[in-house]
Amino acid sequence: MLPQPSQIFARAAARIFGSWVHVTDRVCTNVTVRCRDVMRWTARDLRSFAIGLAYLAPSLVLFAVFVFIPLGRTFYLSLFNTRVTGQISTFNGIDHYLDLITSATFRNGLVATALFALYTVPVGIALGLVLAVLLNQRLRGINVFRTMMSSTIAISAAVGALMWLLLFNPSLGLLNYVLSLVGIRGPEWLIQPAIAIIAVSITTVWITLGTNIIVLLAGLQGIPEEIYEAARLDGARGVRMFTRITVPMVSPSLFFLLVVDTVAVLQAFTQIHLLTRGGPVDATRTLVYSIYLDAFQNFQFGFASAESVVLFALVLILTLVQFRFVERLVHYQ
Amino acid sequence: MSASSLAASAVTIQRQRRPLPLRRAGSYVLLAVVSVLVAFPLLLALSYSFMSESEIATFPPPVLPLHPSLDNYEKVLAAIPIGRYLLNSFVVSSAVVIGQLITASLAAYAFSFLVFRGRQLLFFVFLSTLMIPWEATIIPNYMTVRSLGWLDTYQGLAVPFMATAFGTFLLRQAFLQIPREMWDAARIDGATTFRFLREVVIPLSRPALGTVAIYGFLSTYNQYFWPLLITNETLMRTTQVGIAQLRFEESLRWGLVMAGVIMVAVPTLALLVLGQRQLIRGLTAGAVKG
Repeated sequence: MLPQPSQIFARAAARIFGSWVHVTDRVCTNVTVRCRDVMRWTARDLRSFAIGLAYLAPSLVLFAVFVFIPLGRTFYLSLFNTRVTGQISTFNGIDHYLDLITSATFRNGLVATALFALYTVPVGIALGLVLAVLLNQRLRGINVFRTMMSSTIAISAAVGALMWLLLFNPSLGLLNYVLSLVGIRGPEWLIQPAIAIIAVSITTVWITLGTNIIVLLAGLQGIPEEIYEAARLDGARGVRMFTRITVPMVSPSLFFLLVVDTVAVLQAFTQIHLLTRGGPVDATRTLVYSIYLDAFQNFQFGFASAESVVLFALVLILTLVQFRFVERLVHYQ
Repeated sequence: MSASSLAASAVTIQRQRRPLPLRRAGSYVLLAVVSVLVAFPLLLALSYSFMSESEIATFPPPVLPLHPSLDNYEKVLAAIPIGRYLLNSFVVSSAVVIGQLITASLAAYAFSFLVFRGRQLLFFVFLSTLMIPWEATIIPNYMTVRSLGWLDTYQGLAVPFMATAFGTFLLRQAFLQIPREMWDAARIDGATTFRFLREVVIPLSRPALGTVAIYGFLSTYNQYFWPLLITNETLMRTTQVGIAQLRFEESLRWGLVMAGVIMVAVPTLALLVLGQRQLIRGLTAGAVKG
């Protein structure tokens, strides 16, 4: 499954926003032009602005209609009670948010979401790194293996979930049969609450593995050969080479995946819908799945909008926190 | 650097370029085993799609079909209108690709060649859409599409995705590679702004346009949540939603499901093999450069 493009360029955004501030500063400190004069628009400015806007208009209209206005409407809807049809009935203030805080279902949902992320993201990245190192060899025909291992990038979440549904099947599935061969009695994957979230996580790790491998392989290929040679001359080998050279050098890619994969997990819907439908007893009812159930099965659009606001806030906060704290540990060349 | 360490490094280089035959064979075996393990669910689905239901039900679970047959493919074609699903998905995905290429190249052009006030701010507005998860706005979007009367229509499935900040960013990067002198020369020759885009920028940026197209096609073709919400008529279902319906039938016929899964996955797998380079370029655009 492809990563949702969200977050991909959060870093770029920060950089561009930074440069925008910078440009403004420079204009305003220019000694020959007073700041007030710069802010005044000449006829030429207006003309070039109109031309620029004309080129941006198709995108801006679509973003307005399908991104920005809906985001505003989500906030707005979250303050109201709604009819089954979705029309607003009565103003409700922040009651939906208060309900969220006291709701055990919602708290469980947050726990399920956190567990899902915890089981999926670190394992997926670690596995991706091991496989990428394996694929980063100069061998004839290596591209065949690269294509095979990254094939899940073209596999949709729906297709992947259906394949794993069969593997998890208690009587027909190969998974428990293989486990029984090594003397382990396989669990009822999709029926035991504590196991079901693991089953969903395994499926998700597999679906995102292709993306992780491609991103990390590209990162590995960017490491200059001389660094390895220098380390080798200094006597570094094997595991030490991996932890001291490979991991730090590939850390920008690891960091990128940490952001992208976490956000993807927060947005995951398909595999839950097809494997567990949020069950058993709400064990896999993550935040997104709650939004789906409350809005489109229970028709409580106002309440579900409050949940959507929480989802939006979570994605935003997580991204900012990750950029603020994790990026310090990252080695950039 | 002393002569001996030079010799030592020459030996290392040599060893690294030409691994010992035994070690190389070991690498191949390891790579082959791991590749099969990673692709195992996919390979198993392919194998099951050729098995009868009774063979699938045998114990221990079979891995390869004893009597391969195309029965499941015939049955799934009879059970669900999979041809129509594929058509729907292709129409919607192609529409999204064409829409994205137009909107993104216009916007990227403005962000790379045109100079105007507020350009950086507007670029930031574009990028900020990447921070807003689609799922967080899905309720109002559902209402918008419903009030437009676009439920169960191609436009409902395609139009919301026709603008792309990701694609705009990728194309802008590519457009910035085009030498500024060409722009100046074209202006002196009296070419209009739009003509320069059409006749110079677009033809020079084919690889980046390919990346945007492949990325847009794959992500639209593989969508599930949105088409599930806004389509009810069987004939307007897309592949992902259509194939998933088999899962919710009374009796799950696994051979049938896997035949359907393979038919749905083949177009994207083909696209992966054909467009791997473009896809990788798109995925790594944000990751590698610091």
